[in-house]
Amino acid sequence: MTDASLHTGPAAGELEREAEQADNRSRWMLSTPAIVIICLAAAGPLMVMVLYSFLTPGDYGNVKWEFSTQAWVNTILQRDIFDDTLMWADAHLSIFWRSLSLSLITTVLTFVFGLPTAWFIATQPPGKKEFWLFLVTVPFWSNLLVRTIAIQELIRAEGVINNTLKFLRIIDEPIQMMFTDFAIAFGMTYVYLPLMVLPIYAAVDKLDFRLVEAAHDLYATRWRTFWRVILPLVKPGIIAGSILVFIPSLGAYVTPRVLGGGKNLMFGNLIELQFGQGRNWPLGAALSLMLMAAVMVALIWYVRVTSRERADV
Amino acid sequence: MKMVAGQELGTTGMAVNSDAVAEEPAVEARRISKIFQGETEVRALDDVSVSIRRNEFFTLLGPSGCGKTTLLRVIAGFEPPTMGALYLAGTDISRLPPNQRPVNTVFQNYALFPHMSVANNIAFGLEMLGKPKDEVRQTVDDMLRLVQMEALKTRRTSEISGGQQQRVALARALAPHPEVLLLDEPLSALDLKLRKEMQIELKRLQNETGITFVFVTHDQEEALTMSDRVAVMNAGKILQIGSPQEIYQHPAERFVANFIGESNFLDATLSGGTVDLKAGGRYDVTVPEGVAEGSVSVLVRPEHASVRSGPAGDGEMSGTIETVVYSGEATTLHLRLATGEPLKARSPNSPGEGTLPGQGEEAAVSIGAGAVTVLRD
Repeated sequence: MTDASLHTGPAAGELEREAEQADNRSRWMLSTPAIVIICLAAAGPLMVMVLYSFLTPGDYGNVKWEFSTQAWVNTILQRDIFDDTLMWADAHLSIFWRSLSLSLITTVLTFVFGLPTAWFIATQPPGKKEFWLFLVTVPFWSNLLVRTIAIQELIRAEGVINNTLKFLRIIDEPIQMMFTDFAIAFGMTYVYLPLMVLPIYAAVDKLDFRLVEAAHDLYATRWRTFWRVILPLVKPGIIAGSILVFIPSLGAYVTPRVLGGGKNLMFGNLIELQFGQGRNWPLGAALSLMLMAAVMVALIWYVRVTSRERADV
Repeated sequence: MKMVAGQELGTTGMAVNSDAVAEEPAVEARRISKIFQGETEVRALDDVSVSIRRNEFFTLLGPSGCGKTTLLRVIAGFEPPTMGALYLAGTDISRLPPNQRPVNTVFQNYALFPHMSVANNIAFGLEMLGKPKDEVRQTVDDMLRLVQMEALKTRRTSEISGGQQQRVALARALAPHPEVLLLDEPLSALDLKLRKEMQIELKRLQNETGITFVFVTHDQEEALTMSDRVAVMNAGKILQIGSPQEIYQHPAERFVANFIGESNFLDATLSGGTVDLKAGGRYDVTVPEGVAEGSVSVLVRPEHASVRSGPAGDGEMSGTIETVVYSGEATTLHLRLATGEPLKARSPNSPGEGTLPGQGEEAAVSIGAGAVTVLRD
């Protein structure tokens, strides 16, 4: 450092550099709690799962510290107990298939009911919107299990729906709704509907209605305005809503357990079984990770397909 | 023979029976009122009748809230009129929805579709009309050339500047070749230089396409520069319709005179075909309908009043100069007349030293022949 610079203060750029460093430090300090929570609550358990999936099941649950790939083999294959040949684990695959299709049905149903609902709320005059949004959140006030058991009361053999239909002499015998796939889809649609309504509402609320007028002015009918202008513009909300509904549906546990009974297992119940009665923690861990992988593949595919642009003319 | 324009759209476009409508106005509003019901009742349009000729550049001019945009929205079909009827080339279209009217709109903030490219925006109307693909592509290219935007064909509308968005909005509205193009203050978001360019551009487009333009603005200069005819509106009513010259030189009412250009209002007495100004001077005038003889108010534009130093002679007005304002191409003198009335006089600046009287000097004011207009208050 020369004499001149000693007298005129720090060298050029030094003050800026110091300020930047201080800024960086405080930013890191602010994000520390978030990083700790993410490590402890998400990354940590996930590592444990990966570890467990490569161990041997203990005799009374838990794991033995012996390396094994048996759990991963058992997720899709099973060994015949008599002649030791490997074959497809039909039970697991059919349960996975059921979960997948019920989740898709739930996503589609929540969309079909959610879009008009979201549209209705978003087009209310300001002041009334808040009231309707508030109503959407009312179900969250009570416990999921309680709500699911309440649905049971609606659809069971002597429930409200069957009794009403019998009273009106529309049916003679009660319709079997409990413990069917219908019951599961019905319950999940009810439970996840708000998760579809809210993001779509947010998107419709932001929609510039002058664009709808412009489309109408340019000879588009209501239907074509919907397809060509409204739908593409609220698409981000639909994507967010679908993800928020599809992922928890795929791993749903309470609703299928209460409304589907023991017969109609979904993937979440299958996993639970391994940690409970099945006493096969490594298999449970492997199945969970498989579900996670499936969700990730589905997400990547979905986002890719839906973000594809129309490129004509 | 009359046919509903909407039935024609799918097949032959906007071709409305041309021989039958040659002398029909392009747009005719008959006694239209629009009342918005809310906490208080708002009469946005109050018994408005107007007839817009074919191939005309017609401007609705007025302050904000005067009903000009409402009238435009009634013509576009976004607002059904509370009373009255709307005719397009002689056919009653009051009940047609916007998508069945051969009328397109350039919106104030353009309302371009953000999820589409420039070309797809322009193609939208044509596609909705079910035009074959080749024709759509051809027309889109023609439109891009017309508004000089070929280079940005595949750009997203969010990636182009305000002036470019403006051109795309114009091209999109012109592409289906509507009977009437409605423009809702399309230049208000542009800066001054761009606005001047677009004024000339719009005029050129109107000449080239031969489409009837109905233009809404609150900018009086814009209205005078571009229009064939101007309708001045206030409080839901049309006060005067005429060419820019008529509106400027012979405004019928004080509001119109005040809204367009700068004005001096002077007290006078009307008798026969002449007025005697209270401040001095006698002038021949044309007397508008509904003005009784006696005390009247007359208009003199600042540029029609000339000022010289010295005491007033015969037929001149005497006054004192209070302020001198230099504004580049002209100088404006603010005078106080002997009667106490204020008067502005403007004269163009000449290359040499000015010979105008200075502040505080006594001056004589004379007014050119035909420059005094009697107002209906």
